[in-house]
Amino acid sequence: MPENTQTSAGFSETWQQWKARAKAYFDKLRALPNDSFEKTLAVAFWVCMACAVVVSFAAVALKPLQEANKAADMKRNILEVVGLWEEGLDVDEAFKRFEIKVVDLATGEFVEDIDPETYDMRQAAKDPDLSEPIPRERDVAQIKRKPKYATVYLLRDDSGELQAIVLPVSGYGLWSTMYGFLALEPDCNTVIGINFYDQGETPGLGGEVVNPEWRALWRGKKVYDENGTPVLRLVKGTVDPKQPGAEYMVDGLAGATLTSNGVSNLIRFWLGEDGYKPFLDKFCGGAR
Amino acid sequence: MSDEIQAAVEEEEFDFEKVKPVLVEPLVDNNPIILQVLGICSALAVTSQLSTALIMSIALTSVVTASNTAIAVIRNHIPASIRIIVQMTIIASLVIVVDQILKAVAYDISKQLSVFVGLIITNCIVMGRAEAFAMQNPPLASFFDGLGNGLGYSLILIAVAVVRELFGSGSLLGVEILPLVKNGGWYEPNGLLLLPPSAFFIIGLLIWAVRTWKPKQVEAPEFRILPAHGEVA
Repeated sequence: MPENTQTSAGFSETWQQWKARAKAYFDKLRALPNDSFEKTLAVAFWVCMACAVVVSFAAVALKPLQEANKAADMKRNILEVVGLWEEGLDVDEAFKRFEIKVVDLATGEFVEDIDPETYDMRQAAKDPDLSEPIPRERDVAQIKRKPKYATVYLLRDDSGELQAIVLPVSGYGLWSTMYGFLALEPDCNTVIGINFYDQGETPGLGGEVVNPEWRALWRGKKVYDENGTPVLRLVKGTVDPKQPGAEYMVDGLAGATLTSNGVSNLIRFWLGEDGYKPFLDKFCGGAR
Repeated sequence: MSDEIQAAVEEEEFDFEKVKPVLVEPLVDNNPIILQVLGICSALAVTSQLSTALIMSIALTSVVTASNTAIAVIRNHIPASIRIIVQMTIIASLVIVVDQILKAVAYDISKQLSVFVGLIITNCIVMGRAEAFAMQNPPLASFFDGLGNGLGYSLILIAVAVVRELFGSGSLLGVEILPLVKNGGWYEPNGLLLLPPSAFFIIGLLIWAVRTWKPKQVEAPEFRILPAHGEVA
């Protein structure tokens, strides 16, 4: 016991000492003329310190909530791309209809030893162990690195019949890397929908990639031609449904040539050999 | 630092009658938007819907109130040479905090507001009040000045947003008020009101209306046209 009081007395003594020192320091600071060199530096330093503490506290304390919001938003976008989203829907409940799988992009096989719930493809693209650089001449979507594994979402109906395949895609537009989802029919070729949940294109021009009316034009388009090459692309102006090859073309975004090219490129990349093609070939077999 | 704050708060006695004009004047008589014509850019950008205007109002009011108070507390110790940068640091930190809170509790709206929350940093109202009021006045008075100016901004923002959303999309807070032709009703929405220039027109009309009501706000003309030569005055 006496030892204990000894240490606590020692502690409180040190505390008192430090308190007195801090007080003396701040008293001295306060007494300095405002425009002295020392005070200018001290005020700048302490204001920065105080602000840094406030900002980092807010950022750290709110992070779990923000992450939850982001995850919910992602689920909502996946539901939206297959046309299941409506106002007031219970996102988590509806999302249970999806089977989430991790795919090895190189082989096209499902990977079982990665937990799809926690695997973050966007994070993985920055991790040297989980991603690889794309050679410049093949990097049509201008994303520089691609993850080795991708998350795919398989929508099944109550009897377990496959209804849709949702693939995460990304590519550079005019100002930003656009992140989104592309949903395909079980034939691995016909588009159900596309959407972008994170993009920074010019509002009103390239930013129209999120416009529901434009996105509705994608429905029923085909990705691959007879040779299995992804040819779906955006074209200038309006597509005449009667023109040959119209099923491989979507109206370009007016006034946003570079964003439109970016969207065409990301389709070409992600549905090509470097993207999901090995997986889709295996998964759909000879169906296409 | 805490006794510093204590001392700063104690130096003024709280008397609501004294702070009342500081709080109430910015609402109409000295409104930051329609009299001082500050903070116009966000007033154009976020008023096409009432919901974004409301959130923006809350965000700006809390930033200007908190920054005014914080700056007033340390106002006697801010070296003149780094005055503006100290104010900016405090304001910027508060804006980041508000932005983080919005991302945590109102994710969809924070997505819609995108850069405009961040741009509160450069909002002339916040800087203007820090420099013009908080640097010379004690914390409590500055708190009410910030609150008053924030509310004055909010008042105009909400008024503009009500007009724009009601006549531009026939709804308020997303609830349909005027049934649209598109949905089988009778109201053909005015698309111009959804575009930023319409906020200019509405704010212009508001300034006109308020100055007709309170002619005191009309500035004296800066120059007069002299009668031409030979004309009999």
